[in-house]
Amino acid sequence: MKASDKPYYLRGIPVPETPAPGKELHPWKETHVIGKPLSRADAYQRVSGAAIFPSDTLLPDMLYGAILRCPYPNALVKSVDVSQAERLSGVRAVITGSTPGADLKWTYLQGSSTKLFDPHCRFEGETVAAVAAETPYQAWDAVQTISVQYQVLPYTVDERSAIEPGAPKVHQPGNRVGQPEKYQRGGVEKGFSEADVVLEQDYRTECELHTPLELHGCVAKWDGDQLTIWESTQGVYGVQSKVAQVLALPLSKVRVVGHYIGGGFGSKLQPGKYTVIAALLAKAAARPVKLFLSREETFLSCGNRPPSNMRLKAGVKKDGTLTALQFSVTGTGGAYPAGGVSLVDWLIRDLYTCPNVQTEAIDIFTHTGPARPFRAPGHPQGSWALEQMLDALAEKISMDPVELRLKNIPAFSQARDGNPKYTTTGLRECLETGAKTFGWREALQRVRESGRAGHIKRGVGMAACLWVAGGGGPPSTIIIKLFSDGSANLNMGASDIGTGTKTVMAMVLSEELGLDIDRIQIENADTGTTQYATPSGGSKTVPTEAPAVRAAAVHVKQQLLAMAAEDLKTQAANLIIKDGEIVAASDPSKKIKITDVAGLKKRGVLVGVGYRGPNPKNKVTNPFGAQFCEVLVNTRTGEVEVVRFVAAQDSGRVMNRLTYENQVIGGITMGIGLAMTEFRVLDKNETGKLCNKNWHDYKLPTALDVPSDIVSVPVELEDSEANSTGAKGLGEPVTIPTAAAIANAVYNATGIRVTTTPINPVQLSLLLSEAKIKG
Amino acid sequence: MKKQLLSMNVNDETIEVAVEASASLLEVLRDELGYIGVKEGCSEGACGACTVLMDGRPVRSCLTLALEAEGSSITTIEGLASGGQLHPIQQAFVDRGAVQCGFCTPGMILSAKALLDHNPNPSDEEIKDALAGNFCRCTGYAKILDAVCSLRPASSSKPGR
Repeated sequence: MKASDKPYYLRGIPVPETPAPGKELHPWKETHVIGKPLSRADAYQRVSGAAIFPSDTLLPDMLYGAILRCPYPNALVKSVDVSQAERLSGVRAVITGSTPGADLKWTYLQGSSTKLFDPHCRFEGETVAAVAAETPYQAWDAVQTISVQYQVLPYTVDERSAIEPGAPKVHQPGNRVGQPEKYQRGGVEKGFSEADVVLEQDYRTECELHTPLELHGCVAKWDGDQLTIWESTQGVYGVQSKVAQVLALPLSKVRVVGHYIGGGFGSKLQPGKYTVIAALLAKAAARPVKLFLSREETFLSCGNRPPSNMRLKAGVKKDGTLTALQFSVTGTGGAYPAGGVSLVDWLIRDLYTCPNVQTEAIDIFTHTGPARPFRAPGHPQGSWALEQMLDALAEKISMDPVELRLKNIPAFSQARDGNPKYTTTGLRECLETGAKTFGWREALQRVRESGRAGHIKRGVGMAACLWVAGGGGPPSTIIIKLFSDGSANLNMGASDIGTGTKTVMAMVLSEELGLDIDRIQIENADTGTTQYATPSGGSKTVPTEAPAVRAAAVHVKQQLLAMAAEDLKTQAANLIIKDGEIVAASDPSKKIKITDVAGLKKRGVLVGVGYRGPNPKNKVTNPFGAQFCEVLVNTRTGEVEVVRFVAAQDSGRVMNRLTYENQVIGGITMGIGLAMTEFRVLDKNETGKLCNKNWHDYKLPTALDVPSDIVSVPVELEDSEANSTGAKGLGEPVTIPTAAAIANAVYNATGIRVTTTPINPVQLSLLLSEAKIKG
Repeated sequence: MKKQLLSMNVNDETIEVAVEASASLLEVLRDELGYIGVKEGCSEGACGACTVLMDGRPVRSCLTLALEAEGSSITTIEGLASGGQLHPIQQAFVDRGAVQCGFCTPGMILSAKALLDHNPNPSDEEIKDALAGNFCRCTGYAKILDAVCSLRPASSSKPGR
């Protein structure tokens, strides 16, 4: 290949230095590939229909599975009669809890044990029986002929009443999930006594459902005692270990293939009962079984962001010093322990400097589907309370809300033992850069001057955040193979859940070897052919995997240069790689093409192995951010139009400007969903059932609901300690402050503080009419 | 159930297939004929992932009976790229970063194609309206709208790879 044939980012540029074996890798001083807005490495597959998602898997001789689910929120299964189903044409297997081999233990979290088909169904949608048949219709018909005698029991589906005496119990001995989790530093009473202003307010966020576009499910196939599963998952190794554990198989006998996944947002971090059920059906029928859930089943049984009922009391001095924060939250992870209040209080504990903080988190069992982690678990909820409270405090002390936050920037993590410093803290820069880009002061001024006339009110609002994780860490093992023609294979266990993981990793390899991304083939998310990786989630995939890819690439370079040094009769330390050639730095006439290196030609392949090194000791790596938005509120209808957003995010180094913007815009849109359109409706009085279990009734934001003016401003602080790439997590922090920023903007426009999600016309027009009556 | 013979044109190829009267176009395209680019998101007409073009109009193939396609021309995502060369709409989606997980993408691109074939110079509002029936949970739509806008005659495209 001629140099001019190369993509623009590689022309005439030497690759980064190759450190001697055993030397530590430091973040790049300069990059030529990393940071560029390159389109996705697998974009062709994704736009052409060529990408095969797990739900596209078609195997010869494949059967279709379907699950019978309990229609009640709380019921005992007294008997299950499958005799009619077994006689139906096309039916090849029927399993229940009493089928030999199907009486299996299932754990949601440690210490909470139930069964795969539990005789006590504690939520609507719990599994009762399953069928495999020649066609999906035959499977569903068979499911409907299964006769179940239920003893229907009283239920409680609302965490606010489940805690009251006399409420039906989800588990013996009661509806509390263990002891409340408490945190304290300093003394809040002392803090409140020092404050000039103390405010107290209740807040609530409604339950939100993940609903990724691709349904949850898998295809399961046995070859003798070897099980292969094609599953739509964020982590093939998580599925492998759980399935192996439940079926008592060695890990080596369970191969899980992910490859593409049509969205997860946390709901596909773990396998479902459906995975094991598919395996059992396939075993019973001795045929492959495809078991993908219906959309309705995913609403019922594939997790949620739990509802949060919060109370926050806060004290501030006139100069903006926060003196105390007292917070409590009650939530529910559903019928089994599933983190119903997990991390909801983290921002209260750690986002702002405050010497006196007390939090209490009470997790309640309800007869509802178990929660699963949902993009930044707990954080958007806590942000909804904290960031609206900061806005209210700022108004009371007549201070700009940005200024109030700047007054309270933390120098270290106050909530962690030993108060470790952050590797970088970009909160100040996010606030300042965001405000400047947005034109915050001018926008506030415009709103102030716009007066009271007219029914369309303009408002601006902002909120800040951090994300508790996002630093990544070991383990990760990456293998890179450099072939004799100079092309390469990148082998990693991690899934690309749509965030661009594959692209970013290929860019790291491209940066280090000067290799065109088109000449890199990526093999990933398959336990049979790749190395162990943790699931893609927690905004840790890039900071976890990218340093390991870099280490593997450097390992390849070290071997390559050692081989070239033999050819050129010089020291490897003298050599650099540039434009596909290895050149002696001291004597540019001494050079050899990579493809001419004798050792490489002879061996045919160079294998580099890279591991994710440890995180820095006594330091913590968190991403930070601040978002600003402008809304128009129609005070006659209660409609809110989000006009624009500016997001200033500190996620360390920008690895790819295009996928970076994708994360920011997608995260804001999900935040708009939480703020304005999405909420689970349970019929708590009559049936305890989910009312909006489809996308007609559960409203996702559409192209009509989001602003096209979303500006992403990366605050790219150099983080030389976090890891060898300097990148921090991005996918989650970008959705944390969005809802609160919108609520603050609506307040700015109308003077109405909306403390419960969603801010939709139903709620807002009611609040507006009440405000009118009150005057 | 007795099957009936369905004759239709899929991506410029005449196809005859025996289908049950109750079968949806989605099922026939995906499961019988192997056009797996036609995605199933909900099977109840909400998400638009299964969008295909029927005689140039976007339809939700999950709510369309296969037999309704008798004699019509169907375009699926597989019918757009030819010889490894992406259709300009597909290329715009790639260049503008309008693709994340990619599951909504085939339906989204076909909705955009129906719009642009019918109206080569749509307004921003017309684009939003045309795509409002296609859910995307990843991108937040902005880049998708950007991609479609870039195909209007007056528009210039960003420098890319």
